[in-house]
Amino acid sequence: MDAFDYFAPDNLSEALTLLATPNKTSRPLAGGTDLIVQLRETGLKCDQVIDLKNLAELTQFQSEGGKGWTIGAAVPCSEIYENAEFASQYPGIIDAASLIGGIQIQNRASFGGNLCNASPAADAIPALIAHSVTCQVASKSGTREVNVEDFCQSPGKTVLSEGEILVSLKLPATPKRFGAAYQRFIPRNEMDIAVAGAGSSVVLSEDGKTIESLRVGLGAVAPTPLLVQEISDKLKGKEVDSATFEQAAEIARSYANPISDTRGEDWQRVHLAGVLTQRTLQIACERAQAAL
Amino acid sequence: MSGSNNGNSQNGNGYRIIGSRPVRHDGVDKVTGRALYGADLRLSDCLHGKVLRSPHAHARILSIDTSEALASPGVKAVITSADYPETESKIIDLGEGPAILKDLRANLLADGKVLYKGHPIAAVAATDPFLAREATKKIKVEYEVLKPVLHINDAMAEGSPLLHEDLHTDSLGKKSDKPSNVAKHLRFEIGDIDKGFAEADEIFEREFDTAMVHQGYIEPHNATALWNADGHLTIWSSTQGAFSVRAQTAGILNIPESSIKAVPMEIGGGFGGKIPVYLEPIAAMLSKETGKAVKMTMDRDEVFESTGPTPGSVIKVKIGVKKNGKITAADASLAYEAGAFQGSPVNCGMMCIFAPYDIEHVRVDGYDVLVNKPKTAAYRAPGATNASMASETVIDEIARWASLDPIELRKLNAAKEGTVRADGLAYPRIGYVETLEACESHEHYKAPKEGSFRGRGVASGFWFNCGFKSSVTVSVEKDGTVRLIEGSTDIGGTRTSLAMQLAEILGIEAEDVRPMVVDTDSVGYTDITGGSRVTFATGLAVIEAGKKVQQEMARRAAQLWEVDASDVEVELDVYRSKSDSSKSITFKELAGSLDETGGALSEQASVSPQGVGGGFGTHIVDVEVDPDTGKVQVLRYTAAQDVGKAIHPSYVEGQIQGGAVQGIGWAIYEGYHYNEDGHMTNANFLDYRMPTTLDLPMIDTILVEVPNPGHPFGVRGVGEVPIVPPCAALANAIYDAIGIRLRELPMNSTRVLKALLKEKGALPQGVEA
Repeated sequence: MDAFDYFAPDNLSEALTLLATPNKTSRPLAGGTDLIVQLRETGLKCDQVIDLKNLAELTQFQSEGGKGWTIGAAVPCSEIYENAEFASQYPGIIDAASLIGGIQIQNRASFGGNLCNASPAADAIPALIAHSVTCQVASKSGTREVNVEDFCQSPGKTVLSEGEILVSLKLPATPKRFGAAYQRFIPRNEMDIAVAGAGSSVVLSEDGKTIESLRVGLGAVAPTPLLVQEISDKLKGKEVDSATFEQAAEIARSYANPISDTRGEDWQRVHLAGVLTQRTLQIACERAQAAL
Repeated sequence: MSGSNNGNSQNGNGYRIIGSRPVRHDGVDKVTGRALYGADLRLSDCLHGKVLRSPHAHARILSIDTSEALASPGVKAVITSADYPETESKIIDLGEGPAILKDLRANLLADGKVLYKGHPIAAVAATDPFLAREATKKIKVEYEVLKPVLHINDAMAEGSPLLHEDLHTDSLGKKSDKPSNVAKHLRFEIGDIDKGFAEADEIFEREFDTAMVHQGYIEPHNATALWNADGHLTIWSSTQGAFSVRAQTAGILNIPESSIKAVPMEIGGGFGGKIPVYLEPIAAMLSKETGKAVKMTMDRDEVFESTGPTPGSVIKVKIGVKKNGKITAADASLAYEAGAFQGSPVNCGMMCIFAPYDIEHVRVDGYDVLVNKPKTAAYRAPGATNASMASETVIDEIARWASLDPIELRKLNAAKEGTVRADGLAYPRIGYVETLEACESHEHYKAPKEGSFRGRGVASGFWFNCGFKSSVTVSVEKDGTVRLIEGSTDIGGTRTSLAMQLAEILGIEAEDVRPMVVDTDSVGYTDITGGSRVTFATGLAVIEAGKKVQQEMARRAAQLWEVDASDVEVELDVYRSKSDSSKSITFKELAGSLDETGGALSEQASVSPQGVGGGFGTHIVDVEVDPDTGKVQVLRYTAAQDVGKAIHPSYVEGQIQGGAVQGIGWAIYEGYHYNEDGHMTNANFLDYRMPTTLDLPMIDTILVEVPNPGHPFGVRGVGEVPIVPPCAALANAIYDAIGIRLRELPMNSTRVLKALLKEKGALPQGVEA
């Protein structure tokens, strides 16, 4: 690890100015659970680290009064899952927040960091896709919104251009008869990176027997987490039954385009994308039905 | 600390201390974090060393240019194998097997060729570890990259690239004409193998393939060396044997052993992997070059890629059996990866593969095979787990074929006192059958199996254990406490198990003994902590020294009372005059009178015992397989083991649990992953998957005590046996759950899923079965 300068600005505009320092490479720091490891062990180099945890915009976590919620990009996982009101509305996100790392990691690691690290296997992203989240991005020249499924472009690369940071996540209010779930497959029960992951959400009919709408996000089966739009298009209006889940699994498998690496083989990931799609859709439906 | 003595009756056999569970002597240091490990050492004006390691698995070194590194900021010295002093080739005894000095040297710093990714090439000493690491990047090495040899079958194939052009196979005592990657072919044979198979009603012939695995000790290797201006070298390191550090370093550097003081620091796990030296001689050379102390520590990837894992293997087993389940003949061929230099534990695997059975006709062939992977080292019953995976799963198949309960079949064929093993040894009293009976009557074995995709497996295993040499010194303090000075580095609670044996002999409390592991200048010669030998062999030294102390204490009492020494009798800690019942004195009181009776009392003992007691274990495991993902969950685990006599039952249970857990890891998670270039792709604890607490059930233990006749308290080594049965037990349980025999390790979720899909005919196109 080489020496670098460390800044902890207390307002967003100062942070953005620092990030845009000419001729210096800068890395924003939230929980640091990826960045510090990369600096220490994988040879990542930068001139300055900008700590964003003193910025109100990045640490906010609040209900927008019936219009959903805002989660600052630096809010740690444990703060998210410990909020009972939030947890009751966003079950897929709670699944993801609860299984990223151990408790010490969860006290630091943020969803914003998980997005910006842009790992194809990121646990938060398929859940955020299922929950139709949008990303609030800021730079010195202004702000813009990006759908979460469009945020990652390739492994390690996001839509953020130089001088831009991810400020917060906007979560739409969950409709009635809504359910969601995230699951990943790991060979052990802890201490692993997803071999495959799937986040699903559904809105059911009033009798709870039909799926009015649904979204499935997949992780670790393509260069970026995927929204499987074809599942949303083809399976809306279908019954809540195993045949529907199996159809969803089949479509999910057809969109999975994974690599083989030390954590899993390509055919295994394709297969697991199907299994996890099926399982998370079923749990999402059960959760929606439980709320009827 | 108090209350070590649970009372006479609980301990059985009339022991006061043996069999009780006192608090461990090193416990406070460990739980408060004050125990001093090698990385904690802070010498003044100390330099830091880092190693440049090969980026290739197999390459010729054409040139090395260290000039730019030497000119880097903070750098004080750079060394390569060219800096080794001249020496003649010889063999060094590491304690658990000999090592060829030339190989040991070439493994520490490559000489002409690099033979595995991570093979050290050069080392740098600098004023801080980061500068040292940066400087290693400035060493320029030109390579001619060669094709790596990564699997035993490839290494043994005609026309395979050769690791060592001058290596010829030593085949049953004869050298091969052509050079080869096979260093040795060994054979054990008893009876008439053809006759045995002719008598069989059915013959089972199976082949197995197991992956290389690492011990995974939590503390990385470390060493600090100070080569003093007077020519004396002091080495502080994490090791299983300070005298072995001394011998290896002296051999490599061609200096007298007596010029080295090796100081064993507290050790964070070894399991056999901390017997060879990796850093000590390098740190010493850097210290000599700079005149300053040099400290070196490894990172985790260095531990995986450049220390000694245990071999992967290809094993063929052929067993002939009568309809009634009686085994008539057994034949096996074991090919083990030695790594980059010869010396796999294949001979140990050969001894253990059919060790639990009484078979008249047995033949076992072993091959020591070189591949472009790190040189293997000992790992807890080295070689035996691979062997047991093969033989014990075939035994399970035979039991099903013969419609016998797997424990019944084992009892029918079990080795007993007098049974002759394949290597010709006849067993003394052993307790194998007793472990089978303990399992058979255990509640776990009787519990109904419920639920689909759940299964139960059983397997047994053997390890012979070791004796070797040990020395101790016992000194009596004026307050009646006792110092126990020993040289056996403590990796399994042996400070306490030795202190307890001394306390038992002297009639005092375990807490009255202060055990200390000291450096090589401060105690008599002691071999490594390995082969599950310390509680047994160093225990014998403790008993002998304890008896000498007791004898001398009796002489001191006699002096005090002005009677003849033969007039003094001892019961526990009380010394009495036989002729005058009014004269009696306790050990503590007598200790206070040492000054009046001739001064300090200190006794020494050095032993090299025979009478080692081999150990058997039988394990039962329940698993559940997720049919959609191939994930295996261990639901319940029970391990029975003949422990001879459990000195401290908690530590014996801990050893059994630890061994079983490492075996579970080996069975279903762990393994070195290599890409086609021979690069390990999972050299970290994230991707080299060892089981976490969340992956494991409570490991229940059954201590079976069939005393070893070779030890006064009946001690058998207990540390290694428990890693032997788990792989086969898991394989048998998975078969019971899904009806598929897996014969490759690890049986990870990828492999299980593939087997399940293949069975259903649902394996995707293009996927190799």
